[in-house]
Amino acid sequence: MSFLPLLEQLPVRQSALQMRFLSLLSEEKDLEELAAEAQSLTRQNFGKTMRLFAPLYVSNECINICKYCGFSRDNPILRVTLTLEHVLQEARYLAQQGFRNILLVAGEHPRFVSEGYLAECIRQLIQLVPSVSLEVGPMEEAEYRPLVQAGAEGLVVYQETYHQSIYAEMHTAGPKKDFAWRLDCPERAYRAGFRRLGIGALFGLAPWEKEALSLAAHAEYLLKTCWKSSLTLSLPRLRPAAGEFQPKYPLTDREFTRLICALRVCFPQVGLVLSTREPAALRDGLIPVGITMMSAGAHTEPGGYTGVGTESLHRTEKGKAVAVTASEGQFATAQFEISDERSAGEIAQKLRQLGYDPVWKDWDPVLRS
Amino acid sequence: MSAVSLKTESWTIAGRTFQSRMLLGTGKFSSSEMMRSSLEASGSEIVTVALRRADLSGGDDPSADILKYLDPQKYLLLPNTSGAMNADEAVRLARLGHAAGLPNWVKLEIHPDPRYLLPDPIETLKAAEILVKEGFVVLPYINADPVLARRLQDVGTATVMPLGAPIGSNRGLETRSQLEIIIEQASVPVIIDAGLGAPSHAASALEMGADGVLINTAIAIASDPVRMAVAFARAVEAGRAAFELGLSPSRRFASPTSPLTGFLNS
Repeated sequence: MSFLPLLEQLPVRQSALQMRFLSLLSEEKDLEELAAEAQSLTRQNFGKTMRLFAPLYVSNECINICKYCGFSRDNPILRVTLTLEHVLQEARYLAQQGFRNILLVAGEHPRFVSEGYLAECIRQLIQLVPSVSLEVGPMEEAEYRPLVQAGAEGLVVYQETYHQSIYAEMHTAGPKKDFAWRLDCPERAYRAGFRRLGIGALFGLAPWEKEALSLAAHAEYLLKTCWKSSLTLSLPRLRPAAGEFQPKYPLTDREFTRLICALRVCFPQVGLVLSTREPAALRDGLIPVGITMMSAGAHTEPGGYTGVGTESLHRTEKGKAVAVTASEGQFATAQFEISDERSAGEIAQKLRQLGYDPVWKDWDPVLRS
Repeated sequence: MSAVSLKTESWTIAGRTFQSRMLLGTGKFSSSEMMRSSLEASGSEIVTVALRRADLSGGDDPSADILKYLDPQKYLLLPNTSGAMNADEAVRLARLGHAAGLPNWVKLEIHPDPRYLLPDPIETLKAAEILVKEGFVVLPYINADPVLARRLQDVGTATVMPLGAPIGSNRGLETRSQLEIIIEQASVPVIIDAGLGAPSHAASALEMGADGVLINTAIAIASDPVRMAVAFARAVEAGRAAFELGLSPSRRFASPTSPLTGFLNS
């Protein structure tokens, strides 16, 4: 099975849930009323709690060309792949901050970020933190299995855009060009045994209502086909990054809020993730509305937490490694600029102030079969 | 309030006697302090805690310190296996909890579907058999299935814990007719777990003869969890007292206090 035929039929055939979702996106539905409903459903299903996680970037090498991404192959940025010891050093820092849930992130470059490397990272990381999820280039089911066996709990893969012609325009080189391969990734991950699946769309690439409808349809499909995994949805909005890409279809704060509420009302038990891409004031405002999982104190460059990895830093020019001169900087380039720069401790304190219990640990590796 | 006491019978699970018939869950509270205050106010003696949220390494992890807020001298800590998707995982989790110093009591929860958290009957029965043999006091969370309740009872579980409605749904005793059969057939205490969203739901469960109820969401997400805990505690007491006293049967027609056919006796 694949979600692709359903996605292609979406303009002409929508489920009852999808029609309801669209009606909630329209301005006719009072936003305040929608927010109240979203808040009530979130509290009922998740309580007054917030799961916290931190991304740990292990590599910004990438073989794909994605016009909007700072790590895009052709961007002449400073790159590095952390050694295992460096990954652990970063993880130790995050564990000290309180995190027990780490999202391991890497660009797509099998030469630097092999399955063997990832499996070893996971095996070592779960000694420090109970929950490790991955956001790396899509793989085959058989390639995922050893990663699950090594202890990875979740897999996150954003389709970026569900709009196929815009997808083709944005992804001009590398394995990521294959739209369907990426689209079917969550199901391969599910079959390999991941217990948490995260999907998302990068808002700004295509008209937002269409993007949102496709994301909702994908969620509805996965809740039926991958029923044993917990699903989370992420709604990253494009941020300034290396390459100077400007989003063609910006999503306003008001529309973004409406989108979060509509997703909550249509998917009461699905986790909604909010990253540090968004500014502090907006994040604080969205906490009581429907968000259930947040990152905090995040860095989007490998080595960003502790400054490790500088000795193997290099610049890439058209995919070729070039030595770095001192004037170019000391650290690897970030994927995108973060906006909410508060530390994990500050976020936890803010959550308590708002009447939410920050949940650091909600998983124990002993649960792994 | 009236000076007349509503004091109800105590009850026993696996040889241990309790006065309060309300068990409390510890999830979804806005803080561990609020959870502790609500627990105190509720008068509950049994409190369940998700093992996956605790530090099971025997260490003192400040990011997983929920047990710190629960006094084991005051409450029976009932570890639950929430998060387990099959019998193997639940059994492993129960053993680890016990090895970490928690009681050998376990609320057996196996829900492979993270959305509605409905319990898996096959895996639950399998895990119950193993854990009972290993000496655990097993309190299984089940759908309101009378046959499964009997099968578990035969295996040697200490209670059965059928749901009133899905966890967190606050919809009340939607499974009433099945619960009635479970209660009628039970030789172990029946605790209605999940879905009870209002004190009236809890009172109703006790009135129909359930031995106890487990409440969590309705208290944890209330605007004032402490007072809501008290409201539930009183409802549970009232429901049990009514059950012990025996409710008058309900009728389809009015029953006049002055008999309509009284003239025949004059």
